[in-house]
Parts: sequence; structure tokens; C-alpha cells
Amino acid sequence: MSSTKTSRIGEEIWKTRVDKVNAELVTLTYGTIVAQLCQDYDSNYQDVNKQLDKMGYNIGMRLIEEFLAKSGVGRCANFRETADMIAKVGFKIFLNVTPTVTNWTSDNTQFSLIFEDNPLADFVELPDDGRAQDELWFSNILCGVLRGSLEMVSY
Amino acid sequence: MAVPPRHATMQSISNGSTAQGTDRPQTQQTQQAQLSQQSPGLRVPSNRKTIYDRHLNRSRNAELSRASFAFLFGEMVTYAQRRVTGIQDLEKRLNEQGYPLGLRLLDLLFYRSTSTSSSALSSSSTSSSPPNRPLRIITLLHLIHGPLWRLLFNRAADALEHSVSPDTPNEYMITDNDPMVNTYISAPRDMSMLNCAAYVAGIIEGVCDGCGFETKVSAHNQPTELWPSRTVFLVRFGDPVMEREKVLERAGVK
Repeated sequence: MSSTKTSRIGEEIWKTRVDKVNAELVTLTYGTIVAQLCQDYDSNYQDVNKQLDKMGYNIGMRLIEEFLAKSGVGRCANFRETADMIAKVGFKIFLNVTPTVTNWTSDNTQFSLIFEDNPLADFVELPDDGRAQDELWFSNILCGVLRGSLEMVSY
Repeated sequence: MAVPPRHATMQSISNGSTAQGTDRPQTQQTQQAQLSQQSPGLRVPSNRKTIYDRHLNRSRNAELSRASFAFLFGEMVTYAQRRVTGIQDLEKRLNEQGYPLGLRLLDLLFYRSTSTSSSALSSSSTSSSPPNRPLRIITLLHLIHGPLWRLLFNRAADALEHSVSPDTPNEYMITDNDPMVNTYISAPRDMSMLNCAAYVAGIIEGVCDGCGFETKVSAHNQPTELWPSRTVFLVRFGDPVMEREKVLERAGVK
């Protein structure tokens, strides 16, 4: 499937088939989740990252179903297609952004997603405690989501 | 009941360092050693894309998938559930998570209502001048019922009522026939009393507190045949608020 076709699918689903909600409500709710974790784990940011990943994993396992139901896409032929699907359909229909797929390794088994815009971190400034900015991975939940949902389609 | 100061939750993220005020100088020294190559303090992106350089209304009409909210909220409730002893405790926790949001949304509401003259806050201020902070209970409740609900859920709440019982003149009720937050939550039978809109109750409480109205807000299931997930937010104002209300009424303050 060509890359432009993939992004057309994403656009189309976002416009016609996705129930919407105010973005700020989502952003702020995610903010309170992270704030609560920071409090519960006494600002041990490694543990916060871990917990966020775990929560994301739980979400991912269920989110893939929603993804398949909404998009109706079939199996990807190769990993490059998978990457495109994640960026242009997956992120588009859940977060209305399309990260850039880049940094492929020569054996096509690794890539990076670069976010120009991250709705989860919209009003966010990390605490100036000398650690959070280095140690807290604020949007780490996304990594968990990817891990969980890809696992469900046997990656 | 020993309740920690509620603003503590806010500080934890926006001003984390004050929480450990006493041991700060010591830790700072060790951190400074680690960070000697980097400049200390808050780092900002070199392209000046900090949150302060963005327009506050940028995300005003932005939309995200409702599923994303449902997933996050569901995960938030599940996480909270593991650390509590009962339904009340769980609702209290959700309430506490909503509270700091209310404080912030209040500022956002005021800011937006000044920049768009009349539309957003029309129910609480009809003039085009910046609306004032609500002084009376009714103005405040209208602010919640209308603008706050519209900001969060893109529609106004369904009803606003005052308690008819003479014993509880301090009780008001805001009704939502079908709260969006509960759409994808199904409570197990032994927890049928649970209402996860306690999170929204916390937001309301934050807005009231931010305005200087001491309140307790709780969410209750009151299903009807037509609206199975109808929720009533019970707003109970504290005695000092009721006393002030009387004084203001006599003084003719609107």
C-alpha cells in the first residue's frame, strides 16, 4: 500500500468515523494521571515511567481492536508498511497527529517516530527540580500503547 | 479527618521542588555536579516553542478521539482502584485528581471569556467588559452549568436545581443526563454505587474553591428510565459561604 494512500485512509477515518471530544479534556486528564503517579511514587521518575508504560500496555491491548474495527485495514505486507500504518492511521485516528517515520536501520527492523506536535503534552512544563527534565518521560504511555497493540497483532 | 492541604496535589507537578523544601540545597549541590555541562534550571527548546509562546486559545477548538479519552480515563480509574479500600475511597481519589483541574480551568474560562467578549460567558456576564469573578452562588453555578460544561463536554449541563428542603439551603444540584465520562465505564454489581463522575465532581469543587466558595461536591447515580446513567452532582456550600451570601444579598450585590 502506498504511503499517500495510507494517509488518505487515516484522514478519512478521522473525519467520518471517529467520535470526538474536546482535546483539552484529554490533555488535562492525562496530565492529572502523570501528576498523580509522580505523587504516588514520590517523584521516583523511573518508577513513574515504568507505570506509564504498563498503563499504556493495558490500553494498547484493547486499543488495537478499536483500531481494526474503525480502520478495517488488512495485514501489512512488511515492517515499513506497519510503520506507515502506525503513524498515518493509528496516531491520526486516536491523537489527530501524524508523526514522521524516520531513522530506519539498514536491516529494516528499527525506526523512530518523530512528533512535531504532541497533544498529550500541550500545557505541560516539567517541574524544575533538576531531575524531572532528564528522567521523566512524560508521554511514555505511548510506548506502552505501541507495545501492547503490536503484541496483539503478533509483532 | 486529617486532610492534607489540597493544593499539595498541584505543587507536585508544577512546583515539585517546594515539596522537599528542607533538603533542597543539599540535593541541588549533587545535581549541579551531575549537570555541570548543562545549564541548571529549566531548559527550554531552542526554537522558543515553549508553552508560553503558544497562544492559549490554540487548542480551544481542537478535538481528539473520544476513544483516547475513554482509554485514559479507564486506565486512571483502574489504577486508582488498586490503591483504595472501598467505593468511597475510590471516589475521593478521583475527586482529588479532578480538583487541580478545576482550579486551572477556572483561569482558562476567565481568560477566554475576556478575549471573546460575550459568547463564552454570556450567562454570567452580559456586558462586553471582562466578566468579574462570580460573587454570588447563582452566578457561580451558572458558570459551571454553562461555560465550564461547554468547555469540557461541548454542551451545557441538563439541569440546575436548588434543594427544596428547608434544612439544607446550602445544597444545589447540577444534573447531567448522560455524563460522557461514564459512557464507557461499567461498574461490577457489588460496586453499583460507584460513580466515576466523581472526577468531574472534583473539577467542580476546584472551580468553586478557586472562586472562593468553599464546597464539597459529590456525584450520585440517579437513573431514570430514559437516562440510565443520569448523574446528579450535589454541591454543598460551607457555612461561611452561606453567611457571606446573606450579607451580599442584603447589600444588593449581584
